[in-house]
Amino acid sequence: MLTTIVQKNTYQDSVALMVLSRTLSDLDGVTKVSVMMGTPANKEILGATGFGSPEVDAAAATDLIIGIDADDPQSFREVVEQANALLAHQASAGASSGLARVHSLARARAKLPDANLAVVSIPGEYASAQAHELLESGLNVLLFSDNVSLEDEVMLKTRAGELGLLLMGPDCGTSAFAGVPLAFGNLCAAGSVGVVGASGTGTQEVMVQVDRLGAGISHAIGLGGRDLSEAVGGRTAVQALAALDADPRTEVIVLVSKPPAPSVRARVEQAAQQLSTPVVTVFLDGHDETGREGNLTQARTLSEAARRAVELAGTATFSRPDGGIVGLYTGGTLADEAAMILREELQLTADPGEPPAGTVLAAGPHRIVDLGDDVYTRGRPHPMIDPASRAEAIARALAEPSTAVLLLDLVLGHGSSADPAGAIAGPIREGLARAEAAGRQVRVVASICGTERDEQKLSAQAEVLREAGVRVLPDNAAAARHAAALARRIGTAAPSRSSDVPKAIAGLLGGPRTINVGLASFAEDLAGIGAPVVQWSWSPPAGGDAQLARLVDRLLMS
Amino acid sequence: MTTLHEIARGIGDFGSIDEANRAVVEVLTGGQPTLVDVAEAHTFIPELDPARKVLLHAGPPVAFADLPAPTQGACVGAALFEGWADTEEQARRIVANEVTLIPCHDVGAVGPMGGITSAHMALVKVVNARYGNVAYSTMNEGIGKVLRFGAYDSEVIERLRWMRDVLGPALAAALERTEGGYPLAPLMSRALTMGDEMHQRNIAASALFAKDMAPLLAAADIDATARVEVSDFLARTDQFFLNLAMAACKSNADAARAIQAGSVVTAMCRNGHEFGIRVSGLGERWFTAPVNTPQGLFFTGFDQSQACPDMGDSAILETFGLGGMSMVAAPGVTRFVGAGGFLDAVATTEEMAEIVVGNNPAMSIPTWDFQGAPTGIDVRLVVKTSITPIINTGIASIVPGVGQIGAGTVRAPLGCFTAALKALGELYGLAS
Repeated sequence: MLTTIVQKNTYQDSVALMVLSRTLSDLDGVTKVSVMMGTPANKEILGATGFGSPEVDAAAATDLIIGIDADDPQSFREVVEQANALLAHQASAGASSGLARVHSLARARAKLPDANLAVVSIPGEYASAQAHELLESGLNVLLFSDNVSLEDEVMLKTRAGELGLLLMGPDCGTSAFAGVPLAFGNLCAAGSVGVVGASGTGTQEVMVQVDRLGAGISHAIGLGGRDLSEAVGGRTAVQALAALDADPRTEVIVLVSKPPAPSVRARVEQAAQQLSTPVVTVFLDGHDETGREGNLTQARTLSEAARRAVELAGTATFSRPDGGIVGLYTGGTLADEAAMILREELQLTADPGEPPAGTVLAAGPHRIVDLGDDVYTRGRPHPMIDPASRAEAIARALAEPSTAVLLLDLVLGHGSSADPAGAIAGPIREGLARAEAAGRQVRVVASICGTERDEQKLSAQAEVLREAGVRVLPDNAAAARHAAALARRIGTAAPSRSSDVPKAIAGLLGGPRTINVGLASFAEDLAGIGAPVVQWSWSPPAGGDAQLARLVDRLLMS
Repeated sequence: MTTLHEIARGIGDFGSIDEANRAVVEVLTGGQPTLVDVAEAHTFIPELDPARKVLLHAGPPVAFADLPAPTQGACVGAALFEGWADTEEQARRIVANEVTLIPCHDVGAVGPMGGITSAHMALVKVVNARYGNVAYSTMNEGIGKVLRFGAYDSEVIERLRWMRDVLGPALAAALERTEGGYPLAPLMSRALTMGDEMHQRNIAASALFAKDMAPLLAAADIDATARVEVSDFLARTDQFFLNLAMAACKSNADAARAIQAGSVVTAMCRNGHEFGIRVSGLGERWFTAPVNTPQGLFFTGFDQSQACPDMGDSAILETFGLGGMSMVAAPGVTRFVGAGGFLDAVATTEEMAEIVVGNNPAMSIPTWDFQGAPTGIDVRLVVKTSITPIINTGIASIVPGVGQIGAGTVRAPLGCFTAALKALGELYGLAS
């Protein structure tokens, strides 16, 4: 079925028409489509290819001719529709370089159609109304602006909750999603520690300390300083805890706040208790002892919170019916320290009777052995000098079905083996593989007593261990506490993560795609690290004339 | 052909302002401006009765005393050209006291800069072949001493006579050889892909026009001297197409005025005293505010202090989405018009995209990723964002007779948009 359509006085350049012809020819049910301007030469070509018609003959050089060879009327109609649509929208918009700048939400959304976050830093008197508009358009909002009233905050957060969105702030200075810091934020290593913070610098300090401990951040969700007040009731905190609990990247959550209202603290703690992810709280109230209650661990200081979080990361997913910790140490005092911590953390009672020589702890399924004890070095070199004997012990321990957690030290420096990690990496890797094949969950936990200056080099040795499947903690006490946290999971079922997190919030945790409303430097920072962002160079509606602004809005709605 | 009567609509015909605006822009962008004739103004425009002393001027209605000096000078030139006076003093007295001033826009015409048009000047006639309405404009005089910038010495008057007696008839004879006239929109679309935004830069458009006229002039029944002179004039007058583009845009914008609803700007113009706009829902009314003075680059020996306040009907280009609105299309002149580098030109058009209803698919801009020219300025968006249209413009000397001293850009003043917005509020019953 050959048909031609002539559109009078519709000029398009030949390149555009060739692109159009090719696109239309690819449609189903279409043999061929030719789109040309009606020049004499083109009309000759059309005639020669069977598209000749009186209409084509009458066409002028300024007329657009569409020749269609389609199988049936339906395909023909589709070609015509497509042709019109393509002629109307030739732009492949959005492929431009540099920071896109716009002056309205509509344009911002056009530039970044899949935006999932607005960062708002405009004067407080406009911030609330603007945040409402952004929420209604389906965006999570980080409200950096201050001078937003408590009533407005409650209204915004209530609405955000109804819409399944996060309203962070007001006066929220710090957040980070999927490694992208927003507003005031530090570039931290990616990792598994999630932070929920009602305090900007508190959040930053926790993030930075986690980074320094060699771990990393999954997300940091700022709440605004009043979220845990009586009036706001921790609305965003509860949402944020649930979102991080559902996030597969997050293995532990730190909740940071200045002292909250007691009732709100109770509510938030109750929500945290229900989570599958361990939660470390730091409320800076100067009263609480460091302690643990169910899923909650309380820390007194920010750096302590970071340490507790790093120790707890990765423990929630551990689950097996039975077994215990086996510590195979080369350093005697390190073994003693580990034994002390396990006794405290797991409230162990030593087995009756004298333990075997070299065993510094024997309590039920758990034992810590100092392989440097005389009993092991008689006629053999110390395991710090020759790691071979510990390698054998590791292989045996991993082969024992009762070993749930293998706890190790590694001592570097002068006199020690040239590559202590390398010497035990093989048996660890093989042992873990066999355990897995046998259907047993086993974790290997280690710390390294050494420095970057040591000839074995701390980071190099840590990397060897990690590659072998070892979880390396910053120090021996941390390793012991991590082992204890794992041991507490023995005999319990694997918890299930929160699952009813709204799509828009989960999307944000997938990576922020930001409309930055206000301070351009925030957008420039995001663009600088390659995060999708569009800058809305905001100015007060109608130049700040409130009456005129109202009239404009009413006319825009009419 | 659809008649304007057939497409006429009022506010009751639309469910929303947005819907009305889309209808306005559909007509604005859907016209087929066609150049059909060139003849003396009085033959087209009855108001220019040779028996009376009437002059057309650019911009919204204005008293003679409020016209800037160059436009007053152009009035003197027109009086001398029409033979109303023999001397400059005589002419000055007549134009100040006896002449009736009518805005070009009110009689379907547009005029660049001063826009002074008299009964015996040659006008081009452009018919909107889609809707049947007609628009007129004078022809471009070239550069140097020209009436539109306020010059009125014998050289200027002589050229106006030549345009009336030689250029006009020659082009009319050439157009007679076409079937129903010469379509302008396809040429404009092509020129836009060749680096013209058609306000500051018309080199490609003028060249395309001269190229198409050449065989018609060769075959036309005109004398050999005229053929040589006209060919020469078209070949060296880079801005010749500007006036044709203005008439084309006017014919599109006037058709759009048949939709008497919505908040789309259907005319922007200035008289050196006030900037005026018309709005689709608000009919004939002009909404005015004091004009700004263009900023830009100046020819050697001139500076900003000598710049005349903004004038001319050429902002009809921006009304249609070209000129400053489509700055991105003309990388060659972005620096000249003070837009800095190319990225600034992109930013300018991106900014203009904030205040329009849509894009004109028939005016696709390669340097803007083939998006259509941003078209249909929405008064609501202008007031909401405080972004006013940017207009590319020549800059006249404040001293009559000196002529063009530079080129640059100028912003439409916000005041006329605010005034129109308030009127829209009343029209739609929303006034608070």
